[in-house]
Amino acid sequence: MAKSISQEFVKGLWDEIPPFRLVLGLCPALAVTTTMKNGVGMGLATTFVLVCSNLLVSLMRNIIPSKVRIACFIIIIATFVIVTELVMQAYAYTLFQNLGIFIPLIVVNCVVLGRSEAFASKNSVLPSLADGMGIGLGFTIALGLLGAVRELIGNGTITVINEIQVFGPSFEPFEFMVAPPGAFVALGLMLCIMNIIGKK
Amino acid sequence: MGEYFILAISCILVNNILLAQFLGNCPFLGTSKRMETAVGMSMAVIFVLVMAGLITWIIYHFVLTKFDLEYLRTIAFILVIASLVQFVEMFLKKSIPALYAGLGIFLPLITTNCAVMGVCIINVDKDYSFMTALVSSFSYAVGFGLALILFAGVRERILLSRVPKPLEDTSIALVTAGVLSLTFFAFKGMV
Repeated sequence: MAKSISQEFVKGLWDEIPPFRLVLGLCPALAVTTTMKNGVGMGLATTFVLVCSNLLVSLMRNIIPSKVRIACFIIIIATFVIVTELVMQAYAYTLFQNLGIFIPLIVVNCVVLGRSEAFASKNSVLPSLADGMGIGLGFTIALGLLGAVRELIGNGTITVINEIQVFGPSFEPFEFMVAPPGAFVALGLMLCIMNIIGKK
Repeated sequence: MGEYFILAISCILVNNILLAQFLGNCPFLGTSKRMETAVGMSMAVIFVLVMAGLITWIIYHFVLTKFDLEYLRTIAFILVIASLVQFVEMFLKKSIPALYAGLGIFLPLITTNCAVMGVCIINVDKDYSFMTALVSSFSYAVGFGLALILFAGVRERILLSRVPKPLEDTSIALVTAGVLSLTFFAFKGMV
């Protein structure tokens, strides 16, 4: 069971990448990925909460009584979510408006609570940090990728910082992809591609 | 009366919480493999969502706003929902055991169901009045149940048919949800 810290970090990028391998945290993955920028922004906000809550949970794992641990985890996570919310409102207001209701909803994102419960409450500080960063980065990459695919097909653009036209003016956008049904289909097909590549 | 009716239609069909707003998708995929679990989950959500919607509305308007503590909204709501779920579970176990047997295992799952938290936040974000919040909570919950039960029906049929190997399980479920979402998309022009 003694894995090195780098292994804990790397597993979040492929073996346990949410929301593909761990089917958790679907709601933000589907809802905010209409552009690449939103997807990455959501991913980074979640990563911040994930790393901080993993750190704190792992520091306090011997103090928290096991009967009320879920409630304690939720309070820790909620605190960091409020911090994220206020910081984003102050420094990244347009992103804050685009993500809207999904920032306070990080608190009920199963990825964050799942990592606290399954990993940070049983492991010491450094592996927990690595785990949080790995899973968070994996989530960010997945959301960014999904956002990029949907935006590229549905709108013909890629937004990194500014909008970039990829296909030129004659491209007829396939608007289905940025509409809600497209989110489900895009994620389903990406999962299918992941299954083909990562056959075990 | 008319405006409540329009609100209800828009919450159930047009802005369906699962298929148009993407809230509560984890239980949507998790409990839809069998019809019984889907029905149980829907009933539990309707029950808890209406109560949570009302209680968080009261807390937000009479406690948080009064003391200028709006920024504590997230933490206050999640605590209210978690303790409400626990309380409902204890109450049902004691006084209505038949209902508890039906909803039992689904109740603890609701704490982390973002549909519940999401509707509570929508209610205060949009400055709904008490009655509007009641109608919207109930209709969102009914919409959740409707989509979940429809989806479970489709998924039971998928189990019997042959699916290409890479598409199995979650992948085909998501594509199916996309098609279901497309049908709900057709209600868009109604309200």
